[in-house]
Amino acid sequence: MKVYISDGNPHCIKVLAALELTGVKCDTEVVSHEERVVPHFTHPVLPVLLLPDGQHLFSPNSICQYLFDISSQNPTDATNQWLEWEATNLQPAVLQSLHMVALQGKHVEAAAVMKEPLNWLEQSLSRKNTPFLTTEAVSVADIVLWAALYPLLSDSGFDAGELRSVRGWFERVGGLKACQTAAHRVLQGKGVEALKTFLQKLPATQTQRRDSPTNANEAGDGEHVMTEEEIEEAAQVWSEGLKASPAVTERKHPILPQEGKRNVLLTSALPYVNNVPHLGNIIGCVLSADVFARYGRLRGWNLLYVCGTDEYGTATENKAREEGLTPQEICDKYHAVHAEIYQWFQIDFDFFGRTTTERQTEIAQDIFWRLHERGFLLEDTVEQLRCESCQRFLADRFVEGECPHCRYPEARGDQCDKCGRLINAVELRNPQCKVCKETPVIRSSKHLFLNLPKLEDELEQWLDKSTGSGDWTANARHIARSWLRDGLKPRCITRDLVWGTPVPRQEYKEKVFYVWFDAPIGYLSITANYTDQWEKWWKNPQQVELYNFMAKDNVPFHSVVFPCSLLGAQDNYTLVNHLVATEYLNYEDTKFSKSRGVGVFGDMAKDTGIPSDVWRFYLLYLRPEGQDSAFSWSDMALKNNSELLNNLGNFINRAGMFVSKFFDGRVPEMLLNEDDKRLIAQVRWELKQYIQLLDKVRIRDALKCILNISRHGNQYIQVNEPWKKIKGGDGDRQRAGTVTGVSVNVACLLSVVLEPYMPSVSQTIRQQLQAPPTCVSTMLQNTGTFICSLRAGHCIGTVSPLFQKLENEQIEVLRKRFGGQQTPSSSSAAVETKPRSGAAQDTDPERVKQLTALVAEQGNKVRVLKAQKAEKSVIEKEVVTLLDLKKQLSLAEGKNPEPAAQKGKKK
Amino acid sequence: MALRELNSLERFLGLKKPNKYSTQGGKKVPVLQNNNGPALIGLVTIASHLVHEAQRPELLGDSAEQRAVVQQWLEHRVTRLDNSSKEEVKVILKDLNQYLEDKVYLAGNDFTLADILMYYGIHHIVVELAVQEKERYLNITRWFDHIQHYPGVRHHLPPVVVLRNRVYPSGHH
Repeated sequence: MKVYISDGNPHCIKVLAALELTGVKCDTEVVSHEERVVPHFTHPVLPVLLLPDGQHLFSPNSICQYLFDISSQNPTDATNQWLEWEATNLQPAVLQSLHMVALQGKHVEAAAVMKEPLNWLEQSLSRKNTPFLTTEAVSVADIVLWAALYPLLSDSGFDAGELRSVRGWFERVGGLKACQTAAHRVLQGKGVEALKTFLQKLPATQTQRRDSPTNANEAGDGEHVMTEEEIEEAAQVWSEGLKASPAVTERKHPILPQEGKRNVLLTSALPYVNNVPHLGNIIGCVLSADVFARYGRLRGWNLLYVCGTDEYGTATENKAREEGLTPQEICDKYHAVHAEIYQWFQIDFDFFGRTTTERQTEIAQDIFWRLHERGFLLEDTVEQLRCESCQRFLADRFVEGECPHCRYPEARGDQCDKCGRLINAVELRNPQCKVCKETPVIRSSKHLFLNLPKLEDELEQWLDKSTGSGDWTANARHIARSWLRDGLKPRCITRDLVWGTPVPRQEYKEKVFYVWFDAPIGYLSITANYTDQWEKWWKNPQQVELYNFMAKDNVPFHSVVFPCSLLGAQDNYTLVNHLVATEYLNYEDTKFSKSRGVGVFGDMAKDTGIPSDVWRFYLLYLRPEGQDSAFSWSDMALKNNSELLNNLGNFINRAGMFVSKFFDGRVPEMLLNEDDKRLIAQVRWELKQYIQLLDKVRIRDALKCILNISRHGNQYIQVNEPWKKIKGGDGDRQRAGTVTGVSVNVACLLSVVLEPYMPSVSQTIRQQLQAPPTCVSTMLQNTGTFICSLRAGHCIGTVSPLFQKLENEQIEVLRKRFGGQQTPSSSSAAVETKPRSGAAQDTDPERVKQLTALVAEQGNKVRVLKAQKAEKSVIEKEVVTLLDLKKQLSLAEGKNPEPAAQKGKKK
Repeated sequence: MALRELNSLERFLGLKKPNKYSTQGGKKVPVLQNNNGPALIGLVTIASHLVHEAQRPELLGDSAEQRAVVQQWLEHRVTRLDNSSKEEVKVILKDLNQYLEDKVYLAGNDFTLADILMYYGIHHIVVELAVQEKERYLNITRWFDHIQHYPGVRHHLPPVVVLRNRVYPSGHH
């Protein structure tokens, strides 16, 4: 029998205390939090008890119960009840509360969370006259509850309130030696501090209240309950309508910080130039930052969004050799590829630059000299492989050999692709120069190091301030903290390469700066290439707020290493205020792989025939916030068809169509009754949520608010049935008018909130509705204002469907194409997509006639078969043919067959 | 919901006199009023109590190991499966499917209370699964079908149709 525990895991206190108390003999093994001991669980679960018969116990309470059970203390109704209460009520509150205490320093809120369960415990204990929970003696219930509460109740900053009975019982159980030993072993005398790592790794679902508004949205059934006042206020605001609102300010370059404005500088991680970015790269940095940039501009912030390609390094040199070009030519070629991809995805950079520029050399060398003058650089010799025939040191990827760990024969100089371990190039067995295949020799070479330990204190102070006041994602905080906790070591900033920013010292003239030192400086130099007054952004922390967007692998460089360079340079640099890091996006349960042809890469997305806006929508819908997510073709089709087509598109289209069809394209009079006001209040509440979430860069969650708005809208139309009322008397017709008018205004709001996510669709909606341009900034002001921006009498334009159905066959073809079995085919293999309705102008009368005849004939055939009671499969086959013919017919007539089918279903 | 489960469980256990239940709090936790002692609170607690009352202790496991395994799946049901979001459900199904790969019942080779309550708790999810998903979670589907046909278990729940033949190619993507 063996128990697996991990350091600083609060659940282990229970198990260790129960083990000590019962004296059961058992091996203990300490593993890391990530260790997946139980093979059937996707996410690691600890502690775990491996039973003699090979089964795993993964519930700490069941482990404790087992240990007591084999020590002849069988479970009773009373112990069962306490254990169940602990698992369902106490534990969720404890985890949430610990998370607040240890990671957010919110002691008051943490105590509030614990109030209810602690009061319950107090009541139960005060009604009993036994010293322990169930009897005169300690039972499994006491151990489990005590251990659950120990980290909180022993924390001096945690104020639990009076609770006399709880205190007495808590001290009685805590007096047991077994409990003290267990507590010390897990917390090591450091209190809740010791639990930080564990808590940071917990999935958000275990540390957040289920009844908070954002989670309720996710669960899909949490409806916000509106008060009367709220409803009246919403109706009031709505009817005020568009006033003389701030004119839409045109973007004028160069954008520079302005006094009295919120000045936001936004960067997304610089993509490495010689890789074509895949969907994961796109959602991880440029697309996420783009949504936030668009949102910020709509909110009226003075915002600059810069990005560019990271071009120096060995990978570029290798690629150049492969393609027989110079490194510069490679960069030129691929920079254009990148720029084109981002353009297709509608990434609206203010400037998209590159790192191989004069300004890069200037600024990087300036920072270097300042670090040098202030004594933050060290010199050391490093053992390195040198190829005598090529006459140079072999950095990283210029050398290959056998992996010293797993013996994989083609390991690279920095890492083994097979086992994933990091390698020091001199450790490789049988190393070979990648260029000439000669065996290199070991030589020492002098290098410069950034003295991180010397900057550690200053960094920590800054980090506390930045993470305390800014919006850092949980993973970013955690990674930065863990780097600091492990202690910083000097880091080499030079490399024996040609393709890089030259080191400006005579004895280093053969060397360049290592990319990690050089690349983040690219943000500065790219801005400098955008405007000579770049220092107004980058040396202006008083006025400027800096947001960095990236995937989590980039966090150490942006949170620790680069800030150290800037802090050490002591030139009043703007340091990151908000670090927004995503987790990884996988591809259909595997990883993206260029070499295996698995996954969709940026340049292929447009060949799929699926519009850029739909790609943006789906990627943002899946944005890996909080945990990894996976791209899936069938899910993409599902989301497109259910959310875009049937929910969002359907609502906007219906609202517009009613105005066109029933009211000659003029928005009708609106006389609001309670139902209308309620809808307006609901929509306003979602709008406020949307703004709150996006202010905190919760991009994926805010998207759900948009979909909720149109869901409310659809329901509203469905209940009020304007298409029936329009045929009724005056009162009914008036009602139809109001519902139509309110709906088309909700559609107008949707176009506004969609802008950051689906810019083209947003634009199209506003064109169709001929919405006044000022409505955008007005509705996104302050905490969100939902107003009637399309007044009675306003003329709308021509309404047409916004989205197309993604068919199963189409999706299957795409899945196969990008599944890696076959080599990615060229763009000529683009899937045929159906023509947009309204776009099919050239109807062919001959073809229509022909098809009409065929449909009639086929219809007859089906009827005859049915009359004959033919076999079901036979009939079905003919029906499919019939439907297909009908579809072809409506296409030939210039109609879109989809919306028709959709409407029939809704009514 | 929980009350209907308990009623079905009582009938499965063949208890003559139906008990009186109430619920507590917003989450509607079941409460069993007891004449000769304090009230019992919680689905797992009450269900285990009923099993004892019916003198069917083997349903809770007949060794300490079995008892612990049964207990942890009962806990899993009320802590993880209940109130889980759509995203979590996917993980729960995937994990359970993996677990059931080499097992007939949740506690191995013996039918226990864990099977009954997991079946009741997972029913609303399995009902919604598309054929393709049922095939993806083949082991769950097999176990589920087995439990719903176990004499006397299903009671208040509609049967879920399970296809015997696979419709979709078995290749995992």
